[in-house]
Amino acid sequence: MSTPTHPQIDHLDLLESHAIFIIREVVAECERPVLLFSGGKDSAVLLHLAVKAFAPQKLPFPVMHVDTGHNFPEVLAYRDERVATLGLRLEVASVQEAIDQGRVPDPGPLGMRNQLQTRALLDGIEKHKFDAAFGGARRDEDKARAKERVLSFRGAFGGWDPKSQRPELWQLYQGKVNSGENLRAFPLSDWTELDVWNYIRRENVPLPSIYFAHERPVLKRDNMWLAVGEFIHPQHGEVVERHLVRFRTVGDASCTGAVRSGADTLDAIIAEISVTNVSERGATRADDRFSETAMEDRKREGYF
Amino acid sequence: MTEPTSDLLRFATVGSVDDGKSTLIGRLLVDTRQLFDDQLEAVATASAKRGVGDLDLSFVTDGLRAERDQGITIDVAYRYAATPTRKFVIADCPGHIQYTRNMATGASTADVALVVLDATKGLKEQTRRHLCIAALLGVRNVIVAANKMDVAKWDEAVYLAVVEQVNEVSARLGFTSSVVIPVSALAGDNVVDPGFMANWYQGPTVLQALEAAPAGSWASSSSGARLPIQWVLRQHGGGRTYAGMVNGGEFTVGQEVTLMPQGVKTVLKAINGPRGGLEVALPGLSVDFDLTDETDAGRSDMLATAPLPTSTNEFEATICWFSDKPLVDGARLRLKHTTRSTPVRVTGIAGTLDVGTLEVGPTSEIVLNDIGLVHLATAEPIVVDDYRDNRVTGSFILIDEVTNATVAAGMIGHANFL
Repeated sequence: MSTPTHPQIDHLDLLESHAIFIIREVVAECERPVLLFSGGKDSAVLLHLAVKAFAPQKLPFPVMHVDTGHNFPEVLAYRDERVATLGLRLEVASVQEAIDQGRVPDPGPLGMRNQLQTRALLDGIEKHKFDAAFGGARRDEDKARAKERVLSFRGAFGGWDPKSQRPELWQLYQGKVNSGENLRAFPLSDWTELDVWNYIRRENVPLPSIYFAHERPVLKRDNMWLAVGEFIHPQHGEVVERHLVRFRTVGDASCTGAVRSGADTLDAIIAEISVTNVSERGATRADDRFSETAMEDRKREGYF
Repeated sequence: MTEPTSDLLRFATVGSVDDGKSTLIGRLLVDTRQLFDDQLEAVATASAKRGVGDLDLSFVTDGLRAERDQGITIDVAYRYAATPTRKFVIADCPGHIQYTRNMATGASTADVALVVLDATKGLKEQTRRHLCIAALLGVRNVIVAANKMDVAKWDEAVYLAVVEQVNEVSARLGFTSSVVIPVSALAGDNVVDPGFMANWYQGPTVLQALEAAPAGSWASSSSGARLPIQWVLRQHGGGRTYAGMVNGGEFTVGQEVTLMPQGVKTVLKAINGPRGGLEVALPGLSVDFDLTDETDAGRSDMLATAPLPTSTNEFEATICWFSDKPLVDGARLRLKHTTRSTPVRVTGIAGTLDVGTLEVGPTSEIVLNDIGLVHLATAEPIVVDDYRDNRVTGSFILIDEVTNATVAAGMIGHANFL
């Protein structure tokens, strides 16, 4: 135990405590919670908070990786290291398995798989009878997320109905669901991208290496820098270049863009984000560019 | 009472549909440069697609397809903004009566209500309803934007009529401050930049009023310190600690605390915070407590310091009713209060509030969007403070036992104006 500190709490302390409070409420009220762990920075922070909420006990629920099959190797290595270090139980909901079993159509070897995640997620929830799934989503990410409750009730089909959300007053988080229904719980709802990075710096939360500037072969597609590798090959005269880049979000490797950046430390990343004029999803997510309401439409179908 | 978050203000927009709440928030965010380039571009594209001009400012927060198609706000949008002097958490609430429950959701955690009304129409019934709910929820400071002053040709008489109406309601509902600002959200006058159309107005802009408003009122309380227990943590070596989030006041190591409802006294041996051991636990912190004596404490129990809360099975409460199905005397529901859930029965309906006259009249049932006074009896005792003394231990929700829907927001006791 460290030396008792003088009482002094700031904005990050309050966000941290509120998130821990939400995590404990959901675990106390639900039968079979699970934490969705993608290896991205938000789920890394969420996992860090969940471990704190129950220390010194072990995490009283498993984590689930919804695996599109298009992974950055650095992120998979990071996931496995976290699972081993923290002694977690890992479940994998595999999109590849859903394709192989014919539950979803095969988009082809180079097709985008983010939409297919929803089916793998719902199948994973059903298979393990999870009644609550923690996610690292934040309201500042997207205009549909900005409308969603901390505890987002999902019916038997896992879909979000934005027109009939449960009232959520004060700090009274109500997690009761009937059999077959489930909840998505978002303890980081009120955090901004900058809050997440400041917290990562304060707590030394480990992250996959691709968040930091590194040189790699990339190509420009739809005005986005994509990492050339197993899932992205040059087409129709696209030119492979080598650049110093980093990733601002981590998603499916076939549709997550990198940003040109020399920021190789947390201080440099925070300085860079503080003055950017492009949002994180606008900069790096091809899947949100298809339509005005891409996120809302995916959530209605059962996405995070 | 400490106010650890004075650099952060939480405010909610309040008022009737079509008076310009979302447009005002859009204006505030655009003029303080809170939007990223791609977000602004997306709002412009969505506006052009629907033929509503170059930039429909309401689309900044009205992010759902149905909201944009219908031109209304359906549910609360939360936005986060920062100016050089302050951070803001903004809850942009819907104005339509059908979505009153969503407005209550947004206002329940607000320090300040930003009331937006159409100056040419004055205080509508729905605006009065929202003001009543905000007052019941404990909001003490209101900033009123008398909007659409461009339509009113910046006529001072229109503004003064609004001021008079606001002052009358404000006095009745017990707001401690209520500044009225003549505004055009559409043109941007007096939102962030001062308006030059009203040379008769010398007061603050909306942004200046928000930057000056007192923060932290949500957490302020006149009760003792409270720790509703969420979870019992097993420590290495066999001990137990009791985890929860502090409210009402601060706990100090070595202090005598009372376990409620058992009424057992013990001493606080150690406090663990998220970053390690603490001498003092402030409100808003998630902690776990080590106690000197062995107790049977568990989830739903509460640790408290003087003045102690009340342990009770029967109490009077004020509720906002959110269900299409009316509430009648004798109804059975489930109640969630702090970390305890227990069956509850309605043992009496004292009346409902007429938001026009602000009088409470007798009724046999409480219908959708009513504010009612009720008597409730719970199966297990709950440990409460009056809502006016403590917003955490004074609040509860009512839950339908079959559908699990949240059907009411409840407050222990009643406000002075009821």
